[in-house]
Amino acid sequence: MPTMNIIQAVNDALSIEMRREPKMVLLGEDIGKFGGVFRATSGLFEEFGGDRVIDTPLAEGGIIGAAIGMALYGLRPVPEIQFADFIFPAFDQIVNELAKFRYRSGGQYPCPVVIRTPYGGGIRGGHYHSQSPEALFIHTPGLKVVIPSNPYDAKGLLLSAMRQNDPLLFMEPKRIYRASRGEVPEGDYTVPLGKAKLVREGDQVTLIGYGSMVPILEEAAEKAAADGISVEVIDLRTLLPFDLETLITSIKKTGRGVVVHEAPKTAGFGAELVASICERAMQYLEAPIQRVCGFDIPFPYTLEHEYMPNSDRILSAVHTTLEW
Amino acid sequence: MTDRSGAANTEPLVQILDDDGVLLEGVEAPNLPDADLVALFDTMVLTRAMDDRMMRLQRQGRLGFYMKSLGEEATHLAVYALREDDWVLPSYREQGAWFWRGYKVSTFVDQMHGNERDPIKGRQMPVHHSAAELNMVSISSPVGTQIPQAVGIAMAMQLAKTDRVALTYFGEGTSSSGDFHVAMNLAGVRKAPVIFFCRNNGWAISVPRSKQSAGASFASRAAGYGMPGVRVDGNDLLAIIQVTREAVARARRGDGPTLIEAVTYRIEGHSSSDDPSVYRDAAEPEAWKKRDPLDRFRNYLTQKGLMTPGLEAQMETKHHDAITAAIAACDHTAAPPVEDLFDEVFEQLPWHLVEQRAQLLAYPRVRSPHKH
Repeated sequence: MPTMNIIQAVNDALSIEMRREPKMVLLGEDIGKFGGVFRATSGLFEEFGGDRVIDTPLAEGGIIGAAIGMALYGLRPVPEIQFADFIFPAFDQIVNELAKFRYRSGGQYPCPVVIRTPYGGGIRGGHYHSQSPEALFIHTPGLKVVIPSNPYDAKGLLLSAMRQNDPLLFMEPKRIYRASRGEVPEGDYTVPLGKAKLVREGDQVTLIGYGSMVPILEEAAEKAAADGISVEVIDLRTLLPFDLETLITSIKKTGRGVVVHEAPKTAGFGAELVASICERAMQYLEAPIQRVCGFDIPFPYTLEHEYMPNSDRILSAVHTTLEW
Repeated sequence: MTDRSGAANTEPLVQILDDDGVLLEGVEAPNLPDADLVALFDTMVLTRAMDDRMMRLQRQGRLGFYMKSLGEEATHLAVYALREDDWVLPSYREQGAWFWRGYKVSTFVDQMHGNERDPIKGRQMPVHHSAAELNMVSISSPVGTQIPQAVGIAMAMQLAKTDRVALTYFGEGTSSSGDFHVAMNLAGVRKAPVIFFCRNNGWAISVPRSKQSAGASFASRAAGYGMPGVRVDGNDLLAIIQVTREAVARARRGDGPTLIEAVTYRIEGHSSSDDPSVYRDAAEPEAWKKRDPLDRFRNYLTQKGLMTPGLEAQMETKHHDAITAAIAACDHTAAPPVEDLFDEVFEQLPWHLVEQRAQLLAYPRVRSPHKH
């Protein structure tokens, strides 16, 4: 089985689906001959040509607006937004148009657009190449949101995403785009949407995260194990609709939880996870669920590693829940 | 003709008829069958009748909202230049385009009421129609969003190697939005088969044309995007059909997009919530009434022996009867079923919507304070 990083896995998924689905079209900035600034579409322009791998003018609202039109007409567009930080010129098209088309037309106009975008910090990107805006989109009825944490899931989840019929935001953890490597089957396979993955079993505390935080959770779990603490790690994979059942099952077992994301804490997705768990499993909780998140400040440049959640911070939260 | 840019707009304006509906000297009328000429007039009569009746219903408190198009009816019929398999992305003030493409009076009135027969299930305000079977795309309130979508549809048509085209409507106010410029640029670069139809009706709610753009015209913006821009008398149906036909032919040939600016005037308010007396001189709409598109086209048809007062009265009676029947049919309709409220957010209900629907259905039903 070949070893790939996340970029190669994404590229492989796009290539497989472009061959399988003649209605699929890629569009975005620099995705053609250049193969994308992260090389996720490398080689696709050469294989499928400029009609299906479209370099667009530099305007995100136009990329998503045009992708919507293509989907209304029956194509399967997969636009790329170069960085999640640049998605906001397209926010109106995503929130008011893409997410609502099927509903507002009484089911006449499904709009299956899969938007790919790299997100998150840790790459010396400052404010505008580091943000994690997932909560804004999870809060928009009509959008699905998926974030893989490793090459195997990236390929399988992206193939699933491109074969379902709802608008979907596929956020790629660019910090571990190349650092995360693993065995990826050749050819076609899918990973189901809406299912979390149990990354590590444990029985004292449940760590919940997604994307680039998953390796950090595993690192924290190792450190906890060295302290004699048994930690369970769950990779959410799909943020909407999220796999609450897996979370509840784990919390019922451990009675303690820590939710982790890079995005700012206040009104972040972690708050929703904590509230949803409390609504259903309050009686199983031995301690309040802790949140380890980005701070409520713009993403900084020089001190970005002070901003980002790390394994020591997570370990500290693990101790807080145990010592409650 | 002057528009709100001031006295001396020297850019050419395509006209076929003068203000009295007489063929201008040296100008040839576009070739249309007599039956189509009459049918187009009939659609304008229907549009005016519907506007009148729906605004009355709104004033009676039976509709939440309405938007009239008095004086702009001719612009709606640019769609005459299209085929059935072409696509239209309307804004919210092109009622006649819907009727011409085959949208039923009863469906229109059901949508106004948001009732159980409304094709969009009571999910949007009045005048936000959607008719996939007519290739008419769902309307949304944020202005301009449909313009890049039209380019995407046109690009998809191009990719499929069809000779179909997409036509999108918007107002001159919308041409200030980012979506307009982004879409024009993309269409120019891709040579997409799209027609950008700008209804310059002089007013964006309360903001006059002069405060919308410092450009001499809206059509002139096309040059910056590498496409032709055409300024046409928006109250001259024949001129509109002629320039739209040319733009459609150009798009079908693979020569790319065209921007059409139809110079017209919004005689009444922006919507039922508006009051133009606060911000504009009442003499202005009065002056424009002398260029009324129905009057001009009626005179033209009368000269050709295609229209008589009797025939027009028959048309009016027919349409008013149909509208009356459609309104009466809404007296006995229910609201869309509450069970359907969660449908079509996604293709299938995810668990959290299953749960929320069950919660809603377990509550006592809320009686709507509004009539349906």
